[in-house]
Amino acid sequence: MTNDTTNQDLAPEDAVAPRAGHGASVAPSGAKPILEVDQLRMYFPVKSPGLFRRTVGQVQAVDGVSFQVAEATSLGLVGESGCGKSTTGRLITRLYKPTAGAIRFEGQDIAQAKASELKPLRREIQMIFQDPYTSLNPRQTVGSIVGAPLAIHKTLPKDKILPRVQELLEIVGLNPEHYNRYPHEFSGGQRQRIGIARALTLQPKLLVADEPVSALDVSIQAQVINLLQDIQNEFGVAFLFIAHDLAIVRHFCPEIAVMYLGKIVEIGDRDSIYKNAHHPYTQALLSAVPDVKQAATGARIERIRLQGDVPSPIDPPSGCRFRTRCPIAQEICARHEPPLLQIGRRHKVACHFPGRLGQAPREPLTAGLLGVDAVGRPDPGASPSPDLVEQPGYADTWFDLDNKSIGRA
Amino acid sequence: MTIPGSELEIHETETPVEDDSVVSVAGRSPTQLAIARFRADKLSMISFVLSVFIVLCAIAAPILVLLGVLHPNDFHQELLSDDGVAPAGRFGGISWDHPFGVDPGAGRDLLARLMLAITSSLTIALTGTIFTVIIGAVLGIVAGFSGGFVDAVIGRIIDLTLSFPQTLMLLALSGPVVVMIRQDVADFPGFGFFTNPDLANGAFVIVILAAFGWPPVARVVRGQVLSIREREFIEAARLLGASRRRLYFKEVLPNVWAPVLVYVTLLVPAYISAEAAFNFLGVGIKPPTPTLGNILADSVSYTSADPMYFFLPGALLALIVVVFNLVGDGARDALDPKSHR
Repeated sequence: MTNDTTNQDLAPEDAVAPRAGHGASVAPSGAKPILEVDQLRMYFPVKSPGLFRRTVGQVQAVDGVSFQVAEATSLGLVGESGCGKSTTGRLITRLYKPTAGAIRFEGQDIAQAKASELKPLRREIQMIFQDPYTSLNPRQTVGSIVGAPLAIHKTLPKDKILPRVQELLEIVGLNPEHYNRYPHEFSGGQRQRIGIARALTLQPKLLVADEPVSALDVSIQAQVINLLQDIQNEFGVAFLFIAHDLAIVRHFCPEIAVMYLGKIVEIGDRDSIYKNAHHPYTQALLSAVPDVKQAATGARIERIRLQGDVPSPIDPPSGCRFRTRCPIAQEICARHEPPLLQIGRRHKVACHFPGRLGQAPREPLTAGLLGVDAVGRPDPGASPSPDLVEQPGYADTWFDLDNKSIGRA
Repeated sequence: MTIPGSELEIHETETPVEDDSVVSVAGRSPTQLAIARFRADKLSMISFVLSVFIVLCAIAAPILVLLGVLHPNDFHQELLSDDGVAPAGRFGGISWDHPFGVDPGAGRDLLARLMLAITSSLTIALTGTIFTVIIGAVLGIVAGFSGGFVDAVIGRIIDLTLSFPQTLMLLALSGPVVVMIRQDVADFPGFGFFTNPDLANGAFVIVILAAFGWPPVARVVRGQVLSIREREFIEAARLLGASRRRLYFKEVLPNVWAPVLVYVTLLVPAYISAEAAFNFLGVGIKPPTPTLGNILADSVSYTSADPMYFFLPGALLALIVVVFNLVGDGARDALDPKSHR
């Protein structure tokens, strides 16, 4: 990381960071949220085979996720395969209809909107897909792929579509004369650029990038990431950046949410996650990232190896979903689900024992808030705190880990 | 130090190197590439030319009959040998007037009869193929895209159709259904032509071919739709707010038609031989109107007296089937270069 963002917390709220080179934009903490996701849930029914298909179970792909994306910034969504990050992306673009929860785009709840109501919204929210080899129709020319949004929404007369397509191809760094070529004549990186051009055609305000570079060569990844950053700087597009590569997310996103089995376990700005992670899962993920600098100095942090596999989202563990693989899990973790507790100005964590690596507390910090004792049995002397309901965004007050009480900055 | 203006101009003239790349960047579509591959395959091209020739013969035959060039129903007793059965002369009575000879027992010109036979056989096979593909493609797309209950129901209908005894139905139904076509269907305005026995019999064969032939097409299309439905470009189109019609016809159908086309080219020869087999069993267009099937059925009685009468239509049938099959093979190789035989 070349960009120094450590002073971010001290900077005035409306400060605009200088955007030199391809550093990630800094989250202006007072920026207006363009997207607000509140307690989003997606349960896929599991059906029995045969003519009369009964629902025999539910895959809890996304189970109560809340976050905000501010205008013209990026939120990174990271996690293992199958943790629900792609499903979250597809819910926000409304390719799926959520089981419950709200998706507020510019204040308007689109979670249960009908197809006709969604059509104008399609211009505002677009998506960049993971696999450039299946995201372009092999039987259409690049011109008709990139021009399709204009043809569908009829925003331009037919003779104006081609100039606009060529303009877009130029923006994404392709030869504008190649509009009548077919996808198979392009390389993976070029195809991804075509996909980006298609997503930009309607000038969206929010782009959901579902692992936009994970199918590309490393050398091409950097080019595409830089292209996305140029686009963000030039057009002020907000990104929901879904990825499993922590290094790329760190480079691209000023704010990161870590998902595990359909839930956000930790969310915060870049420094809170990368330098000050409090959730054991985040710490394990970070320890798995190869670090050239540490390897050279020999100061490599011991890698945390998680045991076992991700449990099935059809039948997730009780209490904390991570407890089956957690190195610091205790009895309370099986009894109670840890609330997503704000522990810093822009930092939330869902753990009964939040702490820096190796400094996790021995007593559950959340017991008092939940009104239970240290092993999770109901404590008659304590009452549950009423403000544990998960909210998108950050509050002005948070739980101070040192004082074990809700405090203020 | 200033750069002389002349040097600057030289740089100016050197920069537009991109002109070459701009001249011809029109890409070739997958279809154009497939056609190029097909043309490069000699065997496919030869069979394609032959199949075009056969189709042209089929189209020309009724016109030539009308023009009075071909006389398929003129009796020439004088060309038969003394016993009144086998044609006089060698090889079934081959002569300049009758290059393929004449048929035994009646002395009709065999070339004219065979050309007309191609017309009726090909018409039945092609019409049957078209109906088969329409039924199969529609049900396949619906099943593949809807999934769930609809898919399961269509799947059961396919199983039922495939397990039906086709030949038995054909023989049992031919009488009553043909009568129904000639009387009841012909009563509808615009369908009066079905009073013609040839058309009614032909229609019955087409109905049987289509009614029992669609399940494999539906299966091919359904499988194709299932794989395409999950591709991200369908999601991308949905995300753009594309209508259902656009999804089906612009995004899915262009990706489905290649395997369907291959199946069609293999279906035509299968239907030609099926039509011949039906005729052999006494179902279908009846003599004197010639079809490959009824000429072959007739020739069986004369195999020893006039072997050419059996050999020529048999060879013609084999040629047509082989040629169309080779075109189908070539089309499959051209449309799917990754497949190996």
